[in-house]
Amino acid sequence: MKMKKSKSEIVFLIFNYIFMFFAMIVTIYPFYYVINCSLSNSLELMGARGTMLLPKGLNFEAYKTVFNNPNILSGYKTTIIVLIAGTSLSILMTSIGAFLLTRKKLKVRKALSYMFIFTMYFSGGMIPTYLFVYDVLGLGNNLFALILPGLISTYNLLIMRTNFEAIPESIEESAMIDGANDIVILFRFVLPLSVSVIAVMVLFYGVAYWNAWFNALLYIRDKDKFPLQLVLREILLLNSTESMMSDGAGTDKFVIGESLKYATIIVATIPILVIYPFIQKYFVKGVMIGAVKG
Amino acid sequence: MTKKTVQQKNNNSFFLNVKKELYNNRYLYILMIPVLLYYILFCYAPMTGIVIAFKDYQISEGILGSKWVGLKYFKEFFSGMFFTRTLRNTIMISVYDIVFGFPLPVIFALLLNEINNLKYKKIVQTVTYLPHFISMVVICGMIVDFFSRDGVITRLLTLFGFENINYMSDARYFRSIYVGTGIWQGFGWNSIIYIAAISGIDQQLYEAAEIDGAKKIRKVWHITIPGISDTIILMLILRLGSVLSIGAEKVILLYNAGTYETADIISSYVYRTGIGGARYSYSSAVGLFQSVVNFIILIAANGISKKIKGNSLF
Repeated sequence: MKMKKSKSEIVFLIFNYIFMFFAMIVTIYPFYYVINCSLSNSLELMGARGTMLLPKGLNFEAYKTVFNNPNILSGYKTTIIVLIAGTSLSILMTSIGAFLLTRKKLKVRKALSYMFIFTMYFSGGMIPTYLFVYDVLGLGNNLFALILPGLISTYNLLIMRTNFEAIPESIEESAMIDGANDIVILFRFVLPLSVSVIAVMVLFYGVAYWNAWFNALLYIRDKDKFPLQLVLREILLLNSTESMMSDGAGTDKFVIGESLKYATIIVATIPILVIYPFIQKYFVKGVMIGAVKG
Repeated sequence: MTKKTVQQKNNNSFFLNVKKELYNNRYLYILMIPVLLYYILFCYAPMTGIVIAFKDYQISEGILGSKWVGLKYFKEFFSGMFFTRTLRNTIMISVYDIVFGFPLPVIFALLLNEINNLKYKKIVQTVTYLPHFISMVVICGMIVDFFSRDGVITRLLTLFGFENINYMSDARYFRSIYVGTGIWQGFGWNSIIYIAAISGIDQQLYEAAEIDGAKKIRKVWHITIPGISDTIILMLILRLGSVLSIGAEKVILLYNAGTYETADIISSYVYRTGIGGARYSYSSAVGLFQSVVNFIILIAANGISKKIKGNSLF
């Protein structure tokens, strides 16, 4: 049974569709602008005013410079190493932690859960943690300093626990009767039944590792070990576009410089922009799982 | 039996129980080792480092060897100019963010719920969630560029009578830019939880209201909003609970010496004095002040949410 819409409702509906369109433009335009600038000729870009609906003087010079830049390339390398090693280790540890919290026969389960959750409320703080990781553990200038300090996100661990709890106990009981121990149950029964939450975790941790820069700022000293985001910070925010140009005449430098910044942004963001539309639904799902718990 | 032997027997049975538990669940305890190691090494051991806030930490002396100085560094922080400045900036940025940033995702979710073309709705969601996934470095690089002299947003602002200046080096505008861009980056993503809450409302309520001849606006007011009010209140409490815990990252990327006056928050100050200035004891004291106040507020917030919902958020 559908009611006929009143005039005011139709007006509202039209307004609402337009408002949503506006929201999308506001969200997406800055990125569109950056893409256009990155494809523009720097000289024309400097004189450009207005909305930049298309690149000015289409060319790919800036991208050539970016891909020839040794810092960007080594940044990519570091980030990919940290991303792959970090995500795998994080997921392994997070699932073990979550699994332990679902074992009712474990006497220390409650204590363990308090121990994990307390860290969400209180931490040693930036400086004591820095001194401990850098000096006591000796992880300064070591890529492990980009992985280990944030290896487990307790928030993610709780999301996983909620998921594991939903697995019917009968499955594990029958495995127990067949003589499977807890390690076998985790890896042969629980994890294979939790593919969707693991996918969510791969994405949560993966994006976090891709975007991380602060631990590198704290712990990494050698420029050739900088992850991509820290290289980006130098280029975008510490105004060292000049340092990217190893050769070339003075005026040329400046001309490429303008669009170079934008090209760097795109090069560092493209992996996320490309995979994002496909994985977006999993992210939403991950948040929903957390929300249900709340 | 004397008292002593009873106690001994209890002790014995305690150790026997521990042994039995360790044996029975030996595989679980093997699995536990790496997880425990992580929490001990990277969460709890650094907490013991907090003692340097009460010591005059010298790298050469180590944590244990350094001299105790009691509350010296706390006194220095509380009596100096940075205490009021960083506390004021932290609270003001947070309050602005709550006042302007908190309602928007709720309104957005309510409006999005009224879009009945599912495909259009999906596209809007996909697009508006996007900025959440872009790295802070990239976002801040864009902000600095857009708000610079002749930057794209600066040019837009000149149409409304604003000057063509570099807004990032003007202390008057820092908080507005910080909060405004934060809202831009998060409104879509933050609306997810409300969209989820709305989709959990019993559809029969709407059908019943329709039979009674209720108009759309009345349905939103009397069904949708009450249906998600629990979620709204919980999210608000949670947000209020983290009023002092703004991370240093975005501030460090955006501020400069010209904007410290309005931009410098507690955590960025800790970073600057601690890592930049190597004043480890002093900055640990400042950081500990923030952690303790945070902890109290969070516990209070969690307690309130427990009362409201009957279970805590974590």
